[in-house]
Amino acid sequence: MKNILVVTSGIVAMILSTATFAGPREDLLAQYAAAAKTASFSAARGQALHTQNFSGGKPDTPSCTTCHGKDTRGAGRALTGKTIEPVAVSVAPTRHTDPAKVEKWFKRNCTEVLGRECTAQEKGDWLTFVIGQ
Amino acid sequence: MRIPYRPLAIGLMTLAFSAFVLARAQAGDRHFFAPVTDPVVKEECGSCHLAFAPSMLPARSWQRMMGELDKHFGDNASLDATTAEKIASYLVANAGDAGGQRYSNKLLKGVAPGAAPQRITELPKWVSEHRKVPDWEWRHKEVRTKANCVACHTAAEQGYYEE
Repeated sequence: MKNILVVTSGIVAMILSTATFAGPREDLLAQYAAAAKTASFSAARGQALHTQNFSGGKPDTPSCTTCHGKDTRGAGRALTGKTIEPVAVSVAPTRHTDPAKVEKWFKRNCTEVLGRECTAQEKGDWLTFVIGQ
Repeated sequence: MRIPYRPLAIGLMTLAFSAFVLARAQAGDRHFFAPVTDPVVKEECGSCHLAFAPSMLPARSWQRMMGELDKHFGDNASLDATTAEKIASYLVANAGDAGGQRYSNKLLKGVAPGAAPQRITELPKWVSEHRKVPDWEWRHKEVRTKANCVACHTAAEQGYYEE
C-alpha cells in the first residue's frame, strides 16, 4: 500500500513538473515582460525592428538583416564572411535557449545596429517574432 | 625457392602507405597552425570570425588585444572579466613565441622584437605569402576581407593553410 502511494505521488510530481515546465525562451520572455512592465509582445513589432534601417549605429550595419539576411530561416553572414545560423526557431530549434548568450548578443548587436542597447520591450518583441518564424 | 608473395606485398603496401602519410604530414607542417581546442575560446572568438590559431601571433599581441576588446577592430567585443582572462591565458600559453611552437616562427619572421602586431594579415611573412593574390580576388563576394581565411584555405578551421 505504501509502495503504491509513493509511486503515485512520484507520477503526479512528474506530470506536474512537465506541465509547469517552461523552456528557457519562455523564461526569457517572462523576464522581459516583467522588466518592460508589459503583458504582451508583438511579433509584428519584432519583425519591424528586425528589418528596419537605423542610423544611430555603425554605418556598415544599418539593420539586423545586414548580417542575418532577409530570410529568417536562411543562414546569415557576418561582415567577416562567417556564416550565421538562422534566427528562426523552426529551423534552428536550439536557438535562443541560452539566456546568457541571448543577452550577450542583444547587447552587442543592438549597440552596433541601433547605437544603443535594446529595451526589454524590443527584446521581447524580437524574441516573439523569431519564435514564430 | 618459394617466394613469400603475400607477406612481401603486405610489407610493401605498409611501406608505401607510411611514406604517403609521412610526405603529407611533412608538406602540411609548414602551413599547419594548431586550431583552437578550448570550447570557451572557440565560442567567444569564433562566432564572428574564424577562431584564429593562437600560434599566429606572439604572446604580447594577444595580451594587448585582450586588453582592448572594447575597441576590437572597430567593434565593441567586450567580455566579462573572468571569461576575458581565461581566453587571454589560453592565447598566451599557445602563442607563436610560446615554447615548442616550431612552425609559427616562420609566420612571425620579421616581426620586430617587442612589437605587438594586431593584424595577422599585416605580418611581413603573411604579406609576402599572399603577394600573388590579385586585388579582384580579395574583393570577391565570397572573400570580402583578408580575415576570411576559409574562403580560400578550406581546411583553415582544422589548422591547414595550404593553397
